[in-house]
Amino acid sequence: MSVISVEKNPESLSLTMVAEFQASVGSVWRMWDDPRLLERWWGPPTYPATFVDHELAPDGRMTYYMTSPEGEKYHGWWRIVSVDEPREIEFADGFSDDSGVPDESMPTTSTRVSMDEVSPGLIRMTLISVFPSLEAMEQLEAMGMVEGYTEAISQIDALLEEVSSANS
Amino acid sequence: MLTYNKMVVQMSESEQTDLVFRALADSTRRDIVARALKAEHSVSALASSYAMSFAAVQRHVAVLERAGLVTKHRSGREQLVSSSIESVRGAKELLDRYEEMWRDRIDRFGEVLAETTRGEQA
Repeated sequence: MSVISVEKNPESLSLTMVAEFQASVGSVWRMWDDPRLLERWWGPPTYPATFVDHELAPDGRMTYYMTSPEGEKYHGWWRIVSVDEPREIEFADGFSDDSGVPDESMPTTSTRVSMDEVSPGLIRMTLISVFPSLEAMEQLEAMGMVEGYTEAISQIDALLEEVSSANS
Repeated sequence: MLTYNKMVVQMSESEQTDLVFRALADSTRRDIVARALKAEHSVSALASSYAMSFAAVQRHVAVLERAGLVTKHRSGREQLVSSSIESVRGAKELLDRYEEMWRDRIDRFGEVLAETTRGEQA
């Protein structure tokens, strides 16, 4: 198993996943840097991903689509926040409409992935993903929504608690 | 096939999740859900609890209904609003689904990586 730990934080809506691979730093980096390798794991086999633009550089844009078994295309995008080759990538990703234009009404995810060589030939990849985060959209309105999401989750907790204690 | 189904679920549910969060971003709507979880209420009974018009409360109920947080049915001249724990709990499954998606990705990542590494050594 590649995944060695998973931590979910409902308060901050974040997911931390740690995986280890027997490989060199360079080959792990290529999994992100080479669009032909990236598209082999980003989408599920039945919804293969095709990366159209792939610019792994600060402020770089990636666009891709996933093709359904019926031939329907689902478009998505990445925006690269920062790159520290071959150790770290930070990016935001989200969905686009049918013509490939980012759909701002859909949740945006922010992900930071870091690669460390813990021992010769053993790479630890740590992924921290915040979902859904609209931080990258740089709009106050969007920023307010992030708080809305977190608040909503704690409100759901409170609602469920209230009702289950009323029933007991 | 399983992955295919999951993907479809993933796509439609992320939109659904968005609706849920938007619906719960308002304190009146959260209060309506809390009341509806405990008992059925008519829209007019709900409207009498808030300092707003019947039409405004009806709009709030419609938002909650679209998000799947409450259901509405007609009883005589009344419209009754109710809610189930299951519908509310759905929103909490967000992180679980997200974890599953990334687990699948990391598994594939490992497979492709092992393939390219074998290629290097050969």
